[in-house]
Amino acid sequence: MAESYTVEHGHAEQGHPALQHHFENMEQQREAATLGMWVFLVTEIMFFGGMFLAYTLYRSEYPAAFASASNHLDLKLGAINTVVLILSSFTMAMAVYSTQVGKRRNQIISLVLTLLLGVTFLGIKAVEYHEKYVDNLIPGRLIPGRPFDASGVHLLPGALKQNVEMFYWIYFAMTGMHAVHMIIGIGLISVILFFTARGRYGPEYYNPVEVSGLYWHFVDIVWIFLFPLLYLLGRHLEH
Amino acid sequence: MKAMETFVAPTPARINYLNATYGLKSWLLTRDHKRIALLYLGSISFFFFIGGLYAMFIRLELLTPQGDLLQSTTYNKVFTQHGIIMVFFFLIPSIPATLGNFLVPMMIGAKDLAFPRINLLSWYIYILGGIVTIYALLAGGIDTGWTFYTPFSTTFSNSYVVAAGLGIFINGFSSILTGLNFIVTIHTMRAPGMTWFRMPLFIWAHYATSLVMILGTPVIAITILLLAFERLAHIGIFDPAAGGDPVLFQHLFWFYSHPAVYIMVLPGMGVISELIANFSRKNIFGYSFVAFSSLAIAVFGFLVWGHHLFVASQSVYAGMIFSFLSFAVAIPSAIKVFNWTATLYKASISYDTPMLYALGFIGLFTIGGMTGLFLAALAVDVHLSDTYFIVAHFHYIMVGGTLLAYLGGLHYWWPKITGRMYPEGWGRFSALVIFVGFNLTFLPQFVLGYMGMPRRYHVYPAEFQVLHVLSSAGASILGIGLLIPLFYLIWSMRYGKIAAANPWNLPGLEWQTASPPPTENFELTPIVTWEAYEFAPAEETEIVGKFHGEKVGQA
Repeated sequence: MAESYTVEHGHAEQGHPALQHHFENMEQQREAATLGMWVFLVTEIMFFGGMFLAYTLYRSEYPAAFASASNHLDLKLGAINTVVLILSSFTMAMAVYSTQVGKRRNQIISLVLTLLLGVTFLGIKAVEYHEKYVDNLIPGRLIPGRPFDASGVHLLPGALKQNVEMFYWIYFAMTGMHAVHMIIGIGLISVILFFTARGRYGPEYYNPVEVSGLYWHFVDIVWIFLFPLLYLLGRHLEH
Repeated sequence: MKAMETFVAPTPARINYLNATYGLKSWLLTRDHKRIALLYLGSISFFFFIGGLYAMFIRLELLTPQGDLLQSTTYNKVFTQHGIIMVFFFLIPSIPATLGNFLVPMMIGAKDLAFPRINLLSWYIYILGGIVTIYALLAGGIDTGWTFYTPFSTTFSNSYVVAAGLGIFINGFSSILTGLNFIVTIHTMRAPGMTWFRMPLFIWAHYATSLVMILGTPVIAITILLLAFERLAHIGIFDPAAGGDPVLFQHLFWFYSHPAVYIMVLPGMGVISELIANFSRKNIFGYSFVAFSSLAIAVFGFLVWGHHLFVASQSVYAGMIFSFLSFAVAIPSAIKVFNWTATLYKASISYDTPMLYALGFIGLFTIGGMTGLFLAALAVDVHLSDTYFIVAHFHYIMVGGTLLAYLGGLHYWWPKITGRMYPEGWGRFSALVIFVGFNLTFLPQFVLGYMGMPRRYHVYPAEFQVLHVLSSAGASILGIGLLIPLFYLIWSMRYGKIAAANPWNLPGLEWQTASPPPTENFELTPIVTWEAYEFAPAEETEIVGKFHGEKVGQA
């Protein structure tokens, strides 16, 4: 073994108040935070992957039932929600950019807009869920006294009611899990907004804003996959 | 190898991570990876003894061919709970959460893991998952087998499936967070000079383990969630009566649970690589092969889950591919075994307690791995499926592999963790007792399974009794062997001989700081200029002190 050398800590010269004790410098801290969020998003992909697998399997097994059930979803609201989410991703990207260049006012405006768009998405989603509730399309016996009833769904030839129920279960599982992630994202951005207002982030220290942005874009991308899979498939069979 | 007398602990009143702060709060709110490792050590030991208690009931019941101690339903619960506790609350966190947590930052020269608060959070998540699971056990237990197969678990079982599932679901996040923390730490926090190929093989093994943790665990999380909803709301994604497919559950379950075997055994292989190289005082044979075989196991491990479904209506062609891939995954494991053995060749081997565990590991893991090939062969598996052959096979990997590696590692790093030596004589004695007890327990089970004794039954034909009695006798020896370290390790924390900073005289970074280490691990960030397992001639190491305090040069 060769001789052992040692160096002094780099704290003294790079003493940014946000630097945690176990990192050598801000660069290392930022790298760790970003990589950490990417790794976390990988786990999220695997988490949603289980449901995408179930969707793929049953969609290929029961295409007629899935198309019938899909046609009963509210395409207009789903499309509006898609636009809302893409816009929110844009405002989130603007928030990260304004932090990096140190424009606090733009940063606050972008974050507030992102929050508003996120809440709008959830509001529209709630309207859609309510429509399903009124139509007795909540699968299984989740709602006491309102068991699933597919009589309102126009069945294409070959579609079975129990498979329509399975579509709605997958629909609620996937969009519900997506909505849970939206709520967490709104919580995250609220915290970021709070600390932005107190001036914590700037060109030197912006990784919390950046990783929250990564998370928000991920949730957005999940919806970009959900919308065509759940709302658009088999539309042409109806008309 | 004799403990080095030249290095004595610098000063008796030295501040280290154990005595830096006092009080319950300083432990429950700590962000120090070393203290969190000790929190994990205490809690996984607790779960290990609960799991062991269930094992004791199983072996007691199987002493006689009649069911005279437990009823069938109770027996179902006992083996299920043994499996759930041991797999999810002991084996999976065992080495990564304790030794890994303690050593990953130290071995790469970092002050802590990248996310200390997330590390503490992972322990609280583990405890919460444990409490929920214990609630399920106390409320009435669960009887589905640790595999939760549908539709029994969703429709027919009258036990606390949802509560136990929730406990495992919660616990999974602790595993994900640990894996995430390790990956980021290994990528971004290595000390200057600690290149990828200077990292100890323990780190490579933990890196591979972390990959499996972050890729596999989310899948079991969503699977259990879907299962719980199906049971609660009578929605049929797995229920054939509602057009669902119970085999989908098995695919999703084993997509995690087969790689989970590698979560359990890969860190053990990392420990064994350390022990073999260091107690042979030789550079490991084929460093890069051992390092990359860990990654190969992590990758191939995700492609073999179908061998659990050979008799579950899976297509024969899929079965052939899975069979081939299962044979292929034996190659990287064999590479490790051959390289360890080659390292021993012409080495100066010392038979301290950790090395006894390491040598035991190589033998038992080889038996466990080879019998795995029997099960990977399509035709043979039809005969051996769901028999005691499988029980014996995976206990050779889990107990003969992971548990021995865990105990070996615990002894090896005990002086670093506690600053005290364990009693060597007792250590060697209990290692031998465990080895004998283990083999007596599980060797007869191979024969039992081959003769057709099915698993998960508590009533059996009288001709199987001799082998069952042998197995139960072995289990009691194994149990006693496991209790001895519990007592002497606790004893040694107070009365053991004070350990030197580097009692084994090794080049690894964790030995270049005091025992026990200070809170920040290294008072000065080390610069690494040597390869892993680079042993200098004995006379030179004694002259060049490798204490962090003795600055040899200033960079």
